[in-house]
Amino acid sequence: MTYLADVAALTRKDLRVALRARDTLPAMLLFVLSTLVVFHFASPDGSADAAAYGLLWVAIVFTALLGLARAWVPEQEHGVLDALVLTPGDRSAIWLGKTLATLVFLVVAQAVALPAFVLFFAPLDLTALAGVLLADLGICAVGSLLAAMAAAGRSRELMLPLLFLPLSIPLVVGGVGAAISADAERYLVLLALYDAVFAVLSWASFEYVVTE
Amino acid sequence: MGLGLALAFFVAPEEAVEGVRQRIFYIHVPIALTAYFCFGLGAWKALLLLWRGDERYDLESYVAIHQGTIFGLLTLATGAIWARTSWGVWWSWDSDQLVLFLTLFLFYCAYFMLRFSIDEGPRRARSSAVYALFGVALIPVSFFAIRLAEDLVHPTAFTREGPQMTASMFTAFCVMWAAVTLLAYVLYRVELAGKRLDRDLRELREALR
Repeated sequence: MTYLADVAALTRKDLRVALRARDTLPAMLLFVLSTLVVFHFASPDGSADAAAYGLLWVAIVFTALLGLARAWVPEQEHGVLDALVLTPGDRSAIWLGKTLATLVFLVVAQAVALPAFVLFFAPLDLTALAGVLLADLGICAVGSLLAAMAAAGRSRELMLPLLFLPLSIPLVVGGVGAAISADAERYLVLLALYDAVFAVLSWASFEYVVTE
Repeated sequence: MGLGLALAFFVAPEEAVEGVRQRIFYIHVPIALTAYFCFGLGAWKALLLLWRGDERYDLESYVAIHQGTIFGLLTLATGAIWARTSWGVWWSWDSDQLVLFLTLFLFYCAYFMLRFSIDEGPRRARSSAVYALFGVALIPVSFFAIRLAEDLVHPTAFTREGPQMTASMFTAFCVMWAAVTLLAYVLYRVELAGKRLDRDLRELREALR
């Protein structure tokens, strides 16, 4: 049970830090809304509704990147990550706590973005929403690990998008498919498969990424 | 080695049936298969690194992925040439194999960016290893993702019923495949030796300073 207690403590810490700093979450909200407005101007008149769902997913991925880029910054500022790694708990709890906190931020940002999307562009049905939620899990799981990897090196702001975008392709395929395809369940299965495979992989390999 | 390559290049031209442009199949498919194999080898070495902790696996994994990326670039190039002659376009988003390969190629290009951004040491070795493993996990997931749209254009020579070609063509293909695999192996050994030499030289320089 201490594992879950560790995870809960870390998640709570991240949420508190973000709420006090009041920078990441408002930034993500504003970014996703501005992006949607830009997309309105970027789409030519008479372009299909289906294109709008593609743009929604681009907006989601880049908003998530914005949040993830800031994910490990609090831990790096005072050597907190090293301290956390030295604690006697399982290191993967650090990853899980970070993933859950990032997930909360992403879901909150989408709680604003999705109604805005419906207002500006096109309706979203239940499978589309399920797709968004499933993809969020994948984005946060993989993104937290990759952000930790990128943080180990130089030019970390450059590295994270480079590492993350190829891995986000199946998520975008699944998300857009769930929104527009008649056979949406297959895309949801794809997203669930991605989540299962990469969450387990990230959970297992986090320890190797943060230790020497 | 050279003999094997020469044989392959002379065997292939003997077997043209559908026309000259079909011959690129003998080069393109083995190179593609070898690229996948190199990525798999890189991931296997990466797993060994994380599992056994022996540092030499880092360099072996890196070289394998380097080879895989080079062969991947060749696959895309030869595929584009074939596409241009067969379909009239250099690229098509309709084929799932193309998109999967491009995704994988981009993924492994980012691998090098990752490696160059972290300073040498166990941290770099482990991060690279984890990333390489993510790559092979990406293959089936990407494949399934892209499979959800039907593959209409990329010709499939090997279906469930077996190779869809004459016996002589199949022989030529196998010879070529063996030759390309051998080429990849030789390049791998050469590059690995070169990189090890570089590293030893650097260590000696440091020691003598």
